[in-house]
Amino acid sequence: MTTNELLPLLVLLSSLLPGLVIFALPEAWHGLRTTLNLFGALAKIVLVGLLLAGVQAGEVYGFRHVVAPGLELVFKADALGLLFITLSTVLWLFTTLYAIGYLEGAPHRSRFFGFFSLCVTATIGIAMAGNLFTFFVFYELLTLATFPLVAHRGTPDAKRGATVYLGYTLVGGAALLAGIVWLESLSHHTGFTHGGFVATLLPGNEGALKAIFVLLIAGVGVKAAIVPLHGWLPKAMVAPAPVSALLHAVAVVKAGAFGIVRIVYEVYGAETAHALGLMTPLAVLAAITILWGSLRALFQNELKKRLAYSTVSQVSYIVLGTALFGPIGTIGGLVHLVHQGVMKITLFFAAGTYAETLGIHKISEMDGVGRRMPLTTMAFSLGALGMMGAPLTAGAVSKAWLGDGAVAASMDWAVWVLTVSSLLNAAYFLPILWRAWVRKSPEHWPDEHIVRRGYVETHWLLLIPLLVTAALSVLFGVLPADMASPLSWAQMIAEREYFLPQR
Amino acid sequence: MTERLAMLAPLALPLLILLPLAWAALAFVLGTGRGSRLAIAAAAVQLMLAFALASAVMDGGPLHHAAGGWGAPLGIDLVADGLAAAMLLLTQAVALPLFIFARGYFHQDGARPDAAGHHFWPLAGFLVAGMNALYLSEDIFNLYVTLELVGLAAVGLVASGGGAAQTAAALRYLFAALLGSGAYLLGVALLYGAFGSVSMATLTPLIAGASASAGAGASEVALIAALLMMAGLLMKSALFPFHFWLPPAHGGAPAPVSALLSALVVKASIYLVLRLWLGPLAPLLTPLAWLPTLLGTAAILWGSWRAIHAERLKLLVAYSTVAQLGYLFLALPLVGVGSTGASASAILTLQALAHGLGKAAMFAAAGIIIHATGRDRVDDVAGIAERLPLTLFTFALAGVSLMGLPPSGGFLAKWLLIDLAMARGHWPLVAVILAGGLLAAIYIFRVLRLAFLNLPEAVIEAEHHKARVVPRSAEWMAFTLAAASVLLGLFGGLPLLQLVDGVGAGEGVTSGVTSGLVPGLTSGAVVGAP
Repeated sequence: MTTNELLPLLVLLSSLLPGLVIFALPEAWHGLRTTLNLFGALAKIVLVGLLLAGVQAGEVYGFRHVVAPGLELVFKADALGLLFITLSTVLWLFTTLYAIGYLEGAPHRSRFFGFFSLCVTATIGIAMAGNLFTFFVFYELLTLATFPLVAHRGTPDAKRGATVYLGYTLVGGAALLAGIVWLESLSHHTGFTHGGFVATLLPGNEGALKAIFVLLIAGVGVKAAIVPLHGWLPKAMVAPAPVSALLHAVAVVKAGAFGIVRIVYEVYGAETAHALGLMTPLAVLAAITILWGSLRALFQNELKKRLAYSTVSQVSYIVLGTALFGPIGTIGGLVHLVHQGVMKITLFFAAGTYAETLGIHKISEMDGVGRRMPLTTMAFSLGALGMMGAPLTAGAVSKAWLGDGAVAASMDWAVWVLTVSSLLNAAYFLPILWRAWVRKSPEHWPDEHIVRRGYVETHWLLLIPLLVTAALSVLFGVLPADMASPLSWAQMIAEREYFLPQR
Repeated sequence: MTERLAMLAPLALPLLILLPLAWAALAFVLGTGRGSRLAIAAAAVQLMLAFALASAVMDGGPLHHAAGGWGAPLGIDLVADGLAAAMLLLTQAVALPLFIFARGYFHQDGARPDAAGHHFWPLAGFLVAGMNALYLSEDIFNLYVTLELVGLAAVGLVASGGGAAQTAAALRYLFAALLGSGAYLLGVALLYGAFGSVSMATLTPLIAGASASAGAGASEVALIAALLMMAGLLMKSALFPFHFWLPPAHGGAPAPVSALLSALVVKASIYLVLRLWLGPLAPLLTPLAWLPTLLGTAAILWGSWRAIHAERLKLLVAYSTVAQLGYLFLALPLVGVGSTGASASAILTLQALAHGLGKAAMFAAAGIIIHATGRDRVDDVAGIAERLPLTLFTFALAGVSLMGLPPSGGFLAKWLLIDLAMARGHWPLVAVILAGGLLAAIYIFRVLRLAFLNLPEAVIEAEHHKARVVPRSAEWMAFTLAAASVLLGLFGGLPLLQLVDGVGAGEGVTSGVTSGLVPGLTSGAVVGAP
């Protein structure tokens, strides 16, 4: 194996192997488990750094493994994949830190961190998948790895939430499988290619290609929580906070959104999808999801539920950007893949920190929490402002590009959708901020676990990760055009999608 | 090393039959302690022989052996082609870990094994000998003899537990098996009367000739014979609606026996269906190909439905077998190759292998759970994740293969099957296969989601006192089987498909399609390919 083949494999193994070892560790071996977790996360960051540098220098990374005649697992680390890989690798480190603090003293930690690592491995596999077969393998692995995490608490509620989650995702998986095999039986290969590969099947297969598109998008749309396939997401809120963060910001919904990007750009190709008349329905579906999610979020009193519906809405920004025909919309969608992840993980970390420190689960309990936990609430506010698209936040950058993209694609109605959604975002986030900062604190918090010591408002492991991600979300907003920003990377990908000669 | 193995290969044909017969007899004389150690050692040797045989067949085509120097038509010919070699490999690969599991299972806490433990080793030896002989037989009468040997040993194993319910189940099994082999024998007699031969190689052109000249008497006799043989074999294969004997027999027997029966024994008669249907009887039966497909569909739906509603854990696993066997009949009309170039019989072999390994693991895991909790209801699984994490993991991994989720062998087989069905335009089959996977998910996650429930402290405390210890070796062997079933999808598919189809099948499709996907990669980048 050459280095260019070995590196992607190592990126996969850097979370898989620690995960498998952690399964076997006795519950009490706290130190070794933490060391393995952090070693895996840091090693992955270093390896991904090497990949990033290499890809920018024009290196090609990948390897393949034949499982049956004509059926191969293909891994490649291209620019689009690396966008997702980098996001999940960085956020994995912070989620791991957060989870170590969050689960201190809780039972079944070996099981938790084992599946946690498997979950990230599956996400990386999805990002590196070089064809639909590989994508499907890791997409289903992700379902399997997240089920025990959602069910982790072992309460009847957790059981129910996990069952609903599983029902949705397995049925979606079946649709995806049918679509992929059907496409394979037509085209005899399913490798992701710049500009797509189904154009060669035209003319003659329009009907089949449309049906396949519906199957594929329905399959990945379940994880991306597109209305009406979003029902599992609020139910899966019973999971511990780090898992919710992982489901919402890094792994599951992002895997769905990323799948849509791959299918539209590298299976069908933007041109072909547009020519088949598939882009507009997808954009309309995304618009409905954006508005519906925001509307439902308004009426939730439980903090995590409100965030969940907010996720439903925000992830479809990515879908909308993908469905807007033209490079500007593409950049908006891709950049939001990263921005939404960073902002939403901040919000979920903060929600978990409130629950762990003061026992706050409902929005009505948040009065005056800003004075008791100023740093956490500051981070939460930054995340919320970003979601609204306030200036100088990452969210503003995404929305600006999406809006321009909509105009460029002459879909002006999408601009209205974005505006209404921003107003709705403000309507469900600003009251929270008002309560947290302006209202007076109650005499007693619902269930105060962690006492304040000086300026330290909570356990440091519950605080540091959310401060870092909040800082990142501002940084991406302030320095959008910087070399290392997600925006410049997204621009590079869009350039390749639209302007590179098709191979 | 490989050359040594290649030299062993011709010897493997008779040895794979004689060795288990020998240790079965010795185990009877030596008793359970030494008998079980001998069986395990011999099973390891058999596994090596099966590997040698498979690699020799892969390199040089089918192997022949004339028993005692007397070949057909006077003596008995033993033949191992790719399909037979694959099934032999499955049998030995499941048998070895299962025997180690059984030793741990029957000899717990240093106590003397019960009656089931005493009878297990000799009967299991005869069972394995019978199955190996069946896969190596070339004439349809010899197949009858081996089928009978397998059936009788299996009935004995079911009855060895000794309880009233088990005896009843064994008796029902016996009647079904005798009826099945009786019908088969009748068919064999008719064919012999019409064509004067029992050799498959001789019969194939004769039957094809007879059915080509329509209206001839021989053709009608042959058709009746074929129908009788198939009815008998379907009865023994427990295909819906002939499955009635399977759930009580497989669900009631001790765990190692259930595992052997579900993973291996039913596969033997299904192998015969496949072999005869696609071989000598093809000209007669091809117009009827919709029938097994229909029954297979019904088996998948009905078996899954019963598994979803089963109250007892082992009955759930047994009904899952009824459903999973349905898949093996689905593809009979799908002669030809799909876009990947794998043939129907190769895909079915892969499915049989994945199911065999997975189901053996699942029965073993269920046995461990039932033994540890002392109760056998599905609801009693609640909270098991805490006490038997490894066994629960085993159950889950086996379930992954049965549901056909990646990266398991079951998944690969399902993918190829859907691909084949689409290539041949059989859309309803695609729906059945997908629905079958989802139904399997319902009954498997029915168990898994209960396992994560937290029990009240008091209950855990009370359970802890009742808990009986299961040897770690038994737990690890069950895990090995489940892991093998999953890894089969990643590393076993390619060699297995090539073994059954012959090397080079489908190659033209492979090379044209995949080159140029990942630029800059040389062919050396293929990982794990042989």
